[in-house]
Amino acid sequence: MIAIVDYGCGNLFSLSCSLNFLGIECKITGDKEEIAAADKIILPGVGAFADAIKKLRDCDMVDLLRSLAAEGKPILGICLGMQLLFEKSFEYGAHMGLGLIKGYVGALEGNIPEELKIPHMGWNKLNFAKADPIFKYIEPGDYMYFVHSFYAKGCVENTLAFAEYGAAVPAVVKSGSVYGMQFHPEKSGEKGLALLKAFAEL
Amino acid sequence: MITHRIIPCLDVRNGRVVKGVNFEGIQDVASPVEMARFYNECGADELVFYDITASYENRGLFTDILKETAKEIFIPLTVGGGINTLDDFDRVLKCGADKVSVNSGAIKNPDLIPQAARKYGDQCVVLSMDVKRVDGQFKIFKNGGRIDTGIDALEWAVSGEKNGAGELVVNSIDTDGVKNGFDIEMLKEISRLVSIPVIASGGAGKKEDFLDLFNAGCADAGLAASIFHFKQVNIMDLKKYLRDNNIEMRI
Repeated sequence: MIAIVDYGCGNLFSLSCSLNFLGIECKITGDKEEIAAADKIILPGVGAFADAIKKLRDCDMVDLLRSLAAEGKPILGICLGMQLLFEKSFEYGAHMGLGLIKGYVGALEGNIPEELKIPHMGWNKLNFAKADPIFKYIEPGDYMYFVHSFYAKGCVENTLAFAEYGAAVPAVVKSGSVYGMQFHPEKSGEKGLALLKAFAEL
Repeated sequence: MITHRIIPCLDVRNGRVVKGVNFEGIQDVASPVEMARFYNECGADELVFYDITASYENRGLFTDILKETAKEIFIPLTVGGGINTLDDFDRVLKCGADKVSVNSGAIKNPDLIPQAARKYGDQCVVLSMDVKRVDGQFKIFKNGGRIDTGIDALEWAVSGEKNGAGELVVNSIDTDGVKNGFDIEMLKEISRLVSIPVIASGGAGKKEDFLDLFNAGCADAGLAASIFHFKQVNIMDLKKYLRDNNIEMRI
């Protein structure tokens, strides 16, 4: 069973629909025992970093997620959920993240050419940096759906795939059993579903 | 780099798609869920569900359809029609919408876009505007293009972005239904004033119209309804044609 962490942040409906569609058992839950007992964990998230990390803290999820990651439980952070995995974010201030993946989150603004629009919104191509079982059903050059204004930095060694948007934008990151996807696999058509299937099969 | 997008628009009335009369395997009135499934399979980059009657008959939204679609279609869904309050946003977002399109609601309540952008993020808020030439100027019309608000369209686009809209849908009433190409003159005027993505709507009649639109550099996406519904243009053929003409497409 995959636990989709419900901490009051994010569109959980689409995500649970996509897993149901794939025939993967999942549960939207904010219950710590249920999350701890799950085979795998998905950490979704949309909105602002500061809000989200505060909500995780208020739900007492931070230590739980850290200890589950240390045990080697597969965890997948999606969009803002991926950004929360890093050590720090500089989205409107400086905020501590979960620290499960080395690196930090910074603004696209100022780091990409001015003529490129922000947010980075739309379908962009994945370029693979490293081979990984998560890619078993997709190929380099497959398109995923991105919507974000901040991006991961300082994480080259943990980047499995990136998207080109005036900068190499980390798109799939990994450290141990912890994965992050900057795009929305649940909104990226059959290729996105293929990534969720591969995660479920890890 | 990100691709240009091709977006079919499903105009829904009483839970059925209108304009879908000749749709393959579906007679007379089409099921939005079946059409969504078809468009998903043939490569649509996004879907727009629009309740075309909501703004003047105060129809409630079609959340059941949305939910059913969201259960099996995994591309971005935008919902519009009768969005007047934050509660309307909330209701459709919970049913699987990713973006919410505001039109008359933003005219009635100037606080709607800023409030929604603060609550759900800019990326979630789409300002849809119906534009028509009046005495050589672009004006905003409301209630399905029936009433001239007197608002200058260029100023409206700029203030929409400033208020937190993450995307603009610009529908030209002058070219809508004429099928002689998008309103590139008007789209150029608007797109040079904003930095958020512009979705062009109204006037597509053939593949070449999309190529002209994207080559003119005045839109990030092309939206159409009847030419897709009536199969005058097949989305996958269109995308291959555009890619062959050096427009990046998700194929």
